[in-house]
Amino acid sequence: MTPPTADPTAPPGGQAPPPSAAGNRPEPSGLTWSLRGRTPADIALAAEGPPVTPDWAWGGSRGSGVRVCVVDSGVERDHPDVGPLDGSWVVTSDDDGPRVVTTDTGDTCGHGTACAGIIRRLAPDCELHSVRVLGERFSGTGDVLLAGLRWAVREGFDVVNLSLSTTRARFARELRELADEAYFGGTALVASAHNTPVESFPWRFSSVFSVGSHQESGPGLHLYNPEPPVEFFAPGQNIPVAWLDGGTIRTTGNSFATPYIAGLCTRVRAKHPDLTLFQLKSVLYLTAANVRVDSRGAA
Amino acid sequence: MSHPDHAAPQRLDPRAHELLQSVVDTARAIFGAAASSIFLYDEEAGELVFQAVSGEGQDFLVGRRFPAGRGIAGWVVSSGEPVIVDDLTHDRSFARDLAESTRYVPTALMAAPLLDSAGVLGVLEVLDPAPQARSDLAELDLLSLFARQSASALRVVSERVPGGPASGREPAGVRAVAELDAAGRAAGLVVVDAVRDLLLAAGTRP
Repeated sequence: MTPPTADPTAPPGGQAPPPSAAGNRPEPSGLTWSLRGRTPADIALAAEGPPVTPDWAWGGSRGSGVRVCVVDSGVERDHPDVGPLDGSWVVTSDDDGPRVVTTDTGDTCGHGTACAGIIRRLAPDCELHSVRVLGERFSGTGDVLLAGLRWAVREGFDVVNLSLSTTRARFARELRELADEAYFGGTALVASAHNTPVESFPWRFSSVFSVGSHQESGPGLHLYNPEPPVEFFAPGQNIPVAWLDGGTIRTTGNSFATPYIAGLCTRVRAKHPDLTLFQLKSVLYLTAANVRVDSRGAA
Repeated sequence: MSHPDHAAPQRLDPRAHELLQSVVDTARAIFGAAASSIFLYDEEAGELVFQAVSGEGQDFLVGRRFPAGRGIAGWVVSSGEPVIVDDLTHDRSFARDLAESTRYVPTALMAAPLLDSAGVLGVLEVLDPAPQARSDLAELDLLSLFARQSASALRVVSERVPGGPASGREPAGVRAVAELDAAGRAAGLVVVDAVRDLLLAAGTRP
């Protein structure tokens, strides 16, 4: 099966969408609430073509033209395994609440740099940004995480890596709305499952690309989980990663499986920019090492 | 982890200290580690406080403070997530900070939040675990489980403090264990001992 491509000749139409809370993101056009004034032929999609293989999906792609944001502890500038950053931001908090400003403060602990290094390894030509939501006096507040993530979604990044979650249920509703906003607006929000069996967010939401670790030794292996809520597994055990002061370490955890999937998403989106996020998830599913695709193109 | 400051010794009841010391001694035994530490989170000061140490640094680290917003322990308390890191000798800033502050630079480190439903009380760290006990997701699970049970023990004893939470600059966990009544201390120790037995049994299972 080849992911269908929207018919470019399909006329715009349908009912007008309701007001959106999506900030500066343009309103979606066309089909939103129901199919009115249009026929199935108007939204015809082609699903033929070569099988969806890793080579079809991301072969030869280096992530060029895709904008990626790492929402974490910051990213060390000019780390040899990360290279130049295209933007570095931080959430600050004052009497007016949290806001996002540019920064040159780098990384507070190495975690964000590790995530950025994995993305850069997979997609060396992507446009890479960082927004720091951890560190200093605002450690671990859901408000700051939410502010940084909202900023990244409304900036319209193509891929957002979030190797974090919050256990505070009072943020769940806003995070769910934000995750949906990202999904429908075209931002692939790739989010880590918590490393321990606790309730946390936003990885549990169906609109995100949720990621956990597998224990296989193959460095280039991703798996689809037929028993969600975690949708995909990726390498997360004993992973060599970039760390502070230009150094490297090895580390373990879902945090480091997540940027692997973010990197794959980046490569796929660079090669197939017209895919919707539903289709992007389908590509990850069809290319997963545990999914067998028969001659009819279905697993 | 960076630049811990010297601080006045924490006010701890000897039996309360026994509770925390039991946790780090057990963690060290489970993972065959060179050392284990508990940091409690002082949210008001934005600092982590060495509250119990087993092994390297046991004689001089307790009571030292460092900023909670930085380093591996800082990330754990911020994110509420456990982490295992190895090959730390390649991390120059980490090695320098540790050498200056603790006189001991580990090669590998495991850290998990003391997390319960009310939030993060602090961090449990294990330094230089045995090679077979590092870099494995199962070990991350084991440490997280023990840290969670330890947090529950702290919470149990805090709820037994007469008159509720005490005021003062000490972290919540310190206040809790410093002001236990006898029943509260006993309850906490029973929880820790039970978990220790379970985890040691799990750790020796083939």
